[in-house]
Amino acid sequence: MCGIVGLFLKDPKLEPQLGAMLTDMLITMTDRGPDSAGIAIYGGGKDGLGKITIQSANPEKDFKNLDGDLHDAIGQPVTMLVKSTHAVLEVPLGQVEAARSALAQLRPAVKVMSVGDSIEIFKEVGLPKDVAARFEVSKMKGTHGIGHTRMATESAVTTMGAHPFSTGMDQCLVHNGSLSNHNGLRRELIRLGKTFETQNDTEVAAAYVSQKLEEGQNLGQALESGLDDLDGFYTFVVGTHNGFGVVRDPIACKPAVMAETDQYVAFGSEYRALVNLPGIEDARVWEPEPATVYFWER
Amino acid sequence: MQSFDLGKEGLRALNSALHGLKGQTNMTDWEVINPKGAHAIAAGVDAPVDITVRGSTGYYCAGMNKQATIRIKGSAGPGVAENMMSGTVIIDGNASQYAGATGRGGLLVIKGNASSRCGVSMKGIDIVVHGSIGHMSAFMAQSGNLVVLGDAGDALGDSLYEARLFVRGSVKSLGADCIEKEMRPEHYALLEDLLKRGEADGKAKPEEFKRYGSARKLYNFNIDNAAAY
Repeated sequence: MCGIVGLFLKDPKLEPQLGAMLTDMLITMTDRGPDSAGIAIYGGGKDGLGKITIQSANPEKDFKNLDGDLHDAIGQPVTMLVKSTHAVLEVPLGQVEAARSALAQLRPAVKVMSVGDSIEIFKEVGLPKDVAARFEVSKMKGTHGIGHTRMATESAVTTMGAHPFSTGMDQCLVHNGSLSNHNGLRRELIRLGKTFETQNDTEVAAAYVSQKLEEGQNLGQALESGLDDLDGFYTFVVGTHNGFGVVRDPIACKPAVMAETDQYVAFGSEYRALVNLPGIEDARVWEPEPATVYFWER
Repeated sequence: MQSFDLGKEGLRALNSALHGLKGQTNMTDWEVINPKGAHAIAAGVDAPVDITVRGSTGYYCAGMNKQATIRIKGSAGPGVAENMMSGTVIIDGNASQYAGATGRGGLLVIKGNASSRCGVSMKGIDIVVHGSIGHMSAFMAQSGNLVVLGDAGDALGDSLYEARLFVRGSVKSLGADCIEKEMRPEHYALLEDLLKRGEADGKAKPEEFKRYGSARKLYNFNIDNAAAY
């Protein structure tokens, strides 16, 4: 069991409250996943700047003067905002790959959570309320976001095993369920050049979607392909730079409820997660159909 | 009227108060406000009382119900009225997966749509769905009646025993050993009664339905198939 929440805002007036709304939804899903929690937020991006969200088990040491060291390495301005075990580095968009390579040299123990021009991912072991407080998620603003509470089944309870998983620029994926063919698929994706941080099944699904997007499919097509290639139980919620997608396996055991108003599209593993959203009483509320891809793009 | 604010008083207090009602009681009319999708609302009630839940519910609302009439003025989460023994559960909105699962008696009415696995392993319950039902509904259903005014999803009645399934609209596919059967006079009479009790008599007529049931080919071990096992 795991809990998923997601919010895609249509009304810009709600953007300052995105983090607060998602935090409330995430904490409601604690019963479904008390092991660890994570959140991906899209927004607050500055024109021409790329963001690299990083994590360290030893942040005092690893983050010390990291912005200065990176600046020296790439010869471009670098800003760093540290939040507990995570930090968000901002560099000119064209320098993201250079910064990433330099980072691997300068701080080999640091893990990259996400890379993109608007995505930031924060995830840790612990209760969702503690994870959300640690990263001050409720203060974040943005256009869309996805949160996950994890009850681990397929791999260890670690920071890197928490969701969301990001395997491409501004992409992320969360999962409720378990995949049965992830080992074979991981080997195929490794042959195609993908790299993996964990033994987790969900990371394989995320890398699969990234691979399909790189091959030229759009998000909807990538999720359609997944219906043929991913075997197991899943409700996936996927985020991209400008969109938000949902798909359930053909058996559809894993719960999913969606709500839509003029202001937002919301996802919850249970209706409970949606009850405090504005205008929920008059929202269109429905369960996504099995083996059917839904996505919204702005 | 006993009004109960679930947001303030909590689920345990509600369910213990309802479980405290034994046999005849003067407190026959209950209202639950602020359900906000909570789980197990009014599960395990065993008293002839009326309970109205004003909003949508989470998992297992009205589970194991005996005698009570429970109305949900919203939609219901997974497993509503699971293993109901008797009484009536009426949902104004939609129901999530496995509504009425394993139910042994009573009447479950869903005025919207029901999701997958509606009536799975039903054992005597009557279910009337005004809308449509999802895939794998009435899987291994043993007895009772499932009436659907709309359409049915894939694999209706897979591995069915003796439950009767009545569908007015289309059936996407029938499950293993489930076949269409003729409508006889007793089935029209049964449907007329169920539509009336299911508050659907103005919406559909018995002659508009088709009946589905078991071909009874999976009942016994067939020695000719031994090699396949």
